[in-house]
Amino acid sequence: MSYCRQEGKDRIIFVTKEDHEAPSNAELVADDPDDPYEDHGLILPNGDINWNCPCLGGMASGPCGQQFKEAFSCFHYSKEEVKGADCVENFRGMQECMQKYPELYPQEEEAESPPTDSDPAPPSTSEDQLPPDSPSAS
Amino acid sequence: MLKCRAAWRRLAPLARASSTLCRQNAKRAVLRNERRPDLNCSQMSTAPSGGGRENTLYVVLVGAACLGGGVYAYRTVLGDKQRYQERISEIASRTRRVEPEQQKVQTQTEPAAATEATKDVPEEAEEPQAVVEEERSPAPAETSAPAEAADLPLEAISDPPLRIDTPNQPVAPTEEIEPLSNTPEASEPSPAPVLESEVAPVAVDESISEVSVQLQDVPVVESEHSAAVVQETAVEPTPVVPVLPEHAPYLLIGGGTASFAAARSIRARDPRARVLIITDEQDLPYMRPPLSKELWFSDDPAVTETLRFKQWNGKERSIYFQPPSFYVDPVELTKVENGGVAVMTGKKVVHMDVRGNKVRLCDGSEITYDKCLIATGGIPRNMQVIERAGEEVTKRTTLFRKIDDFKSLEKISRTVKSITIIGGGFLGSELACALGRKSADVGLEVMQMFPEKGNMGKVLPEYLSNWTTEKVRREGVQVLTEALVKNVNFKEGKVEIKLKDGRVVKTDHIVAAVGLEPNVDLATSGGLEVDSDFGGYRVNAELQARSNIWVAGDAACFYDIKLGRRRVEHHDHAVVSGRLAGENMTGASKPYWHQSMFWSDLGPDVGYEAIGIVDSSLPTVGVFAKATAKDTPKAATEQSGTGIRSESETEAVAGKMSPTLSTPIPPVAKDDYGKGVIFYLRDNVVVGIILWNVFNRMPIARKIIKDGEQHADLNEVAKLFNIHED
Repeated sequence: MSYCRQEGKDRIIFVTKEDHEAPSNAELVADDPDDPYEDHGLILPNGDINWNCPCLGGMASGPCGQQFKEAFSCFHYSKEEVKGADCVENFRGMQECMQKYPELYPQEEEAESPPTDSDPAPPSTSEDQLPPDSPSAS
Repeated sequence: MLKCRAAWRRLAPLARASSTLCRQNAKRAVLRNERRPDLNCSQMSTAPSGGGRENTLYVVLVGAACLGGGVYAYRTVLGDKQRYQERISEIASRTRRVEPEQQKVQTQTEPAAATEATKDVPEEAEEPQAVVEEERSPAPAETSAPAEAADLPLEAISDPPLRIDTPNQPVAPTEEIEPLSNTPEASEPSPAPVLESEVAPVAVDESISEVSVQLQDVPVVESEHSAAVVQETAVEPTPVVPVLPEHAPYLLIGGGTASFAAARSIRARDPRARVLIITDEQDLPYMRPPLSKELWFSDDPAVTETLRFKQWNGKERSIYFQPPSFYVDPVELTKVENGGVAVMTGKKVVHMDVRGNKVRLCDGSEITYDKCLIATGGIPRNMQVIERAGEEVTKRTTLFRKIDDFKSLEKISRTVKSITIIGGGFLGSELACALGRKSADVGLEVMQMFPEKGNMGKVLPEYLSNWTTEKVRREGVQVLTEALVKNVNFKEGKVEIKLKDGRVVKTDHIVAAVGLEPNVDLATSGGLEVDSDFGGYRVNAELQARSNIWVAGDAACFYDIKLGRRRVEHHDHAVVSGRLAGENMTGASKPYWHQSMFWSDLGPDVGYEAIGIVDSSLPTVGVFAKATAKDTPKAATEQSGTGIRSESETEAVAGKMSPTLSTPIPPVAKDDYGKGVIFYLRDNVVVGIILWNVFNRMPIARKIIKDGEQHADLNEVAKLFNIHED
């Protein structure tokens, strides 16, 4: 059983697990998916890529940002059966660029993963996030 | 030209004096001559008598002296001009040679060569520090040792005497050249003496004027001097001429979190954007939270050098947002093909000309911009009683904010016996806990004092603040509550703090964590409004102060559509507002909408995340359950794999969290606020939420605040958080 106490202007309620078992009847306002002010995830409502998504880390803004954008755009819009099969050139360009900056893009098998080391980004409610792969993990 | 002016200025008084003398003598002579006619009626005599002859002689001598002086001045001025022209042409020819070199990744130093002024500092390379003198035997042509982190690409001019040009007038040319922002030479002073400051006082003297001639040849390296390690470079050892940008499409003033977030946002949205960050710190952009938390818990003895912190799950990262190789050299910024972010360290912006869209730096150079962001943050406040207490006390006081403060406090904590922290807010309490943790190992007495009744007294409701204070005490800190400092003295080798209620505290070192003074230095020159309630630059909901000028971070007093006008001094806010400012600078026109959050850890057992207006003077409703072992900050970060709590949201993927069976424990007599949710109300609307030892629920909290609804039963709202589960 929960119990409740008042200390001046502050109210304190203690609850047990059972107390909170029943679903909440608090009403939340429905979100407008087209809200222009809202932060979006990786993919914008109109289908474009949100390069400013925190999930990308510094990939789109670093020295190889241009190459990354080209490669990833190509991949995103690719209609091939094997998605991205027509983007090999772009990815190669990106990889070449990244090899010039080993400190920023530590050499791994997947050159696509954004380094989480560099991400100071705020929380975002994005569904399609790239799985962050930290260089110093493993 | 300007050299001529300065030369003339110097000679002018001399000339004036001598000419006055001339004139006076002439006048006197004339007068005397005039009078003589009255007396003697002989006008024609040029040398009337012995006295007249002496006069004439005198006049002649003085006249000759004047003439000689005039001739000398003229010749010097001409000579200056000529040398100047020579220099310019030499440099111009060097600039052409420089460019191909700069493309190569330089990791070696360039051996000395001509003057300091002509050095460039390639980003990844070390600073070449060489001064070439042939005439001077003790010519220290030192080439710097390999790569110092390219953290110091540019520093302010430090050694005017190192400039050469006119003999006996070493200082003048530097000053003249500086204001010449439109010529390449102007840029010399700035990057050049970077290296100079490293060089032990090199007294450059007259012989250097000859150097300009030698500049045409491959410079000679005088490396007979010990310290220097001369590295022969594969690169042709010609000094490089740095040309600092005179225009930056995106200019960010301040090199902290907000600035970096804006830079990233701009680069993401505007392809090939060229962003210039100007900071008066010596460090590249870094994050502050670990300076008072994680860095103190590191096991690495070299942590003050590496500035890497290990997160709870073992993953390590640096406090710097990006390593130096991410950034472009400012000199390259206008040329690099795909744009980039360049950082000019050690430069302060002192004047802002809004009409002309330009700023002026401390060294006199000017930079124009298209869009400008002011993210100057603030400086820690000091207490008047400490400032008035004299040097012995002030040199034993730390105002904690930057990397250097962390380094020095870390050192101090190992050497002194007792440290007192004044201030009971976030910074004070975090530092107290961090130092308290160390106190056991190193035998350090840690005390914390503040005027409130408990730690975080202005943020947490009283019951929670008291509970927190107990926790802090358990971390090894002696907490003195309701402590108002009356005065501070240095007595018998100890700093003595006298409180208003009579208590006296004797300690070795003080850390003052009493607030932040936002930096609004550019308000006057820029014609920008400063907020009288919250401090900081007053900006609108889109963070704009005036056309083309935005403000973000600690220095921005902005209009929050949901919560009203406020100014927030937290890390995540700097990121959010920086990002938003960057978006708006690239045309987005979005208001502040995504609420930023903040967090704090008070030791490994107590941590909380909060969002919105969290002010203890508001009425609150707290809903608590008892904490299990799973509910600690440690566990939260282990799950999400990050140390920076705001990031854990970005990276968490739904479904990772596994519900645990937490045994339902009835509330005990002594209330244990293990974990729960606290709502802060204003007119019955939730404006702030604290998640107490409950993690990864921030999106729900954000949603509740965004809705701004009046909820009848907050217990029902609390259910949304599932506080009993992990």
